[in-house]
Amino acid sequence: MPRLSLLFLATLLFGNRAPVAAQALARPPFRWGGDAEGGAPFVEADPADPSRVRGFDVEIADLIARGLRREPQFVQVAWSSIPASVERGDFDIGLSGIEDRPDLRARYALTIPYFEFREVLAVRPADAGRFRRLGDLAGRRVATLGGTMAYEMLVAEKGRSGLVPVSYDDDVHPYTDLVAGRVDAVLLDHIIAERSLRRSGGFLIQPEAVATGHYVGVFALRDSMLRDSANAILLSRMADGSLERIFRTWNVWDDAQAAYFRRVAGGASTSAGTATTSSQLIGNYVPALLRAAMITLLLSCLAMALAAVAGVAIAAGRVYGPPVVRGALATYVEVVRGTPVLLQLFVIYYGLSSVVRLPAFLAAVVGLGLNYAAYESEIYRSALEAIPRAQLEAARTLGLSELQALRLVRGPQALRLALAPMTNDFVALLKDSSLVSVITVVELTKQTAIYATNVGSWVIPGALCAVVYLALSLPLSRFARRLERRWSLA
Amino acid sequence: MSAAGVPRTAALEVHELRVARGDRAVLRGVNLVVAPGEICALMGTSGAGKSTVLRAIAALQPFSAGRIHVDGAMLVGGPLPPESRLRRLRNSVGMVFQAHALFEHLTAMDNVTLGPIHAHGWPRERAEEVARALLTELGVVERAGAYPRQLSGGEAQRVAIARALAPDPLFLLMDEPTSALDPARRGALAETLRALAAEGRGLLLATHDVDFALACADRVAILADGVVVDEGSAVGVLTQPNHQATRDLLSTPIVETALRRSSGRRAIVEDSGTASAP
Repeated sequence: MPRLSLLFLATLLFGNRAPVAAQALARPPFRWGGDAEGGAPFVEADPADPSRVRGFDVEIADLIARGLRREPQFVQVAWSSIPASVERGDFDIGLSGIEDRPDLRARYALTIPYFEFREVLAVRPADAGRFRRLGDLAGRRVATLGGTMAYEMLVAEKGRSGLVPVSYDDDVHPYTDLVAGRVDAVLLDHIIAERSLRRSGGFLIQPEAVATGHYVGVFALRDSMLRDSANAILLSRMADGSLERIFRTWNVWDDAQAAYFRRVAGGASTSAGTATTSSQLIGNYVPALLRAAMITLLLSCLAMALAAVAGVAIAAGRVYGPPVVRGALATYVEVVRGTPVLLQLFVIYYGLSSVVRLPAFLAAVVGLGLNYAAYESEIYRSALEAIPRAQLEAARTLGLSELQALRLVRGPQALRLALAPMTNDFVALLKDSSLVSVITVVELTKQTAIYATNVGSWVIPGALCAVVYLALSLPLSRFARRLERRWSLA
Repeated sequence: MSAAGVPRTAALEVHELRVARGDRAVLRGVNLVVAPGEICALMGTSGAGKSTVLRAIAALQPFSAGRIHVDGAMLVGGPLPPESRLRRLRNSVGMVFQAHALFEHLTAMDNVTLGPIHAHGWPRERAEEVARALLTELGVVERAGAYPRQLSGGEAQRVAIARALAPDPLFLLMDEPTSALDPARRGALAETLRALAAEGRGLLLATHDVDFALACADRVAILADGVVVDEGSAVGVLTQPNHQATRDLLSTPIVETALRRSSGRRAIVEDSGTASAP
């Protein structure tokens, strides 16, 4: 994301151009973290001056900073990393459409909710009549942004109705995939849904909200006093209409928001749920991690099987084929090895979707399998060429056909030579399989990231994840070593 | 290029064999006959083209002109015919390679049975029975379960001979059979080859080992400048050389000493050990 890094640099360099009050000069800037990739109306790069950001979260940050008599300073951070970054001390407050969730409330000092959003269901127009609520979507694929309240609702609903949650890293592709028919519905905040509807269209939003949620600012627990000051500022700006003006500017003010503000003014509690303890969370997540580990294992095995079969075919073509075939296969190998697998996954899943619409898991198997096939083919090719020519001639003088010589003499010996590098590649593939989360497959690493976001720490999830990866790869290495020892005689 | 429709001649006959490598003529009209039951040593210095003659006969190497007849099969100049049209030749000619070229992933037994089972469709029992008999005859049956890597040079060569003989070819080609053997093993090999010839097989050996040729060959053909320049009985050609190429071949001091000491072909064999596993 070079654009964002530039933006971040530019903000650091030029962000202080606004006239500042004398008192503000004496105080450190009020650093706030947000994700400009999230876009309007939350935080987006100002089209008129991309070194600045704008959006209602930007204005709320300004409002709080002014109330604290400090100068606001924007820090770009990936949305899913905002709580972890505030904990690290990268900035004072995180603000970027962050949802008020019990797990977050347990680990951070959250502001009072400053906005009430509705979780709404987006469906294709043809399905408007039959998919009205989550309960109607049994067995259907429903997309959302990973690590959100909506995602948790979908996971909970999965247990009830057998709906299939599909997690995305961004909030644009769920809607394009809905229109493309890859998913049957999208559950997300009404602000995001309406924005997507304006931008691209092709779907409709069910009027009945599935749930309501709130946006909050996130402080580290140690900053709870600063949080209290921010709360006082937010309450007074709710009362004096400043917040309403901001939301009206960004076109997100409606009757529901007015009702919510009245409730807050009346002192009604908005904080929902009770904190979940981390031990409960671990218990909740272990089955999910094991499921994700199974997906990683299945994906890796299928991709490696494809890579092995395609690799043998490519290697055989390059060793035995006519010059045209040899040239074409060499080009394939060079192109595939010379470009990032991430790019290839994007092209197969999104780029080719107008030609062939592969389900995410299949696209992941095909993408990884064809990528690794290029590497495997080189292993097989060099292994085939390592078998002495005299042995192949001996096979011919015995009357064996070329195919028999390949099957009985050259192939088995080449396989022994290829075993060690193949094992190496399989272990690499096991870990590369984490890349497929970009095309919505929730495998071990992705599930761990979701888990880490929930518990607000990478220590336990990271350790658990590492243990599972090792548990998958170590037996494989052992098996390969044993096989090698057994074959080393021959 | 046909392996069929030619009169069946028992002998191995090479007529006017020509092979060119780029602009360089390697063989310029080689003529050679090997009869069943006869051991013929094709001799010459390194690079004289001995191996090329053997490879052409085994259809591993195309030749530009000439004819090769083997037991009713015929090869003519041009590109190599497909394997499907070489079945008759393959049945008649076995080959033992210089570095024996055993299949490293198979035991000695499986090396010997591979051809009969897969190329000739024999049942495994029959192939193993024949293989066991051959390995016994060659003195390596107790090594039947060993992999090539576990065999000594002499053992590996005898397994390679057994492998070439398993389909029962009438002719056996051997490329530099003594290159990896110590003197004792050479004597044993000479005896083994005499025994094979006594069974009626024709053997063509490419070698520059004068001692060995004297010890076992009936006939010697000297290859130089791409043609056979001298030919006759082993003792006659090698003890009274009448061509410069033969004299060159004999000109190493060791050979001269050996020749002075030996009056006939059997002398060296009697000095050497007998075939046995080390």
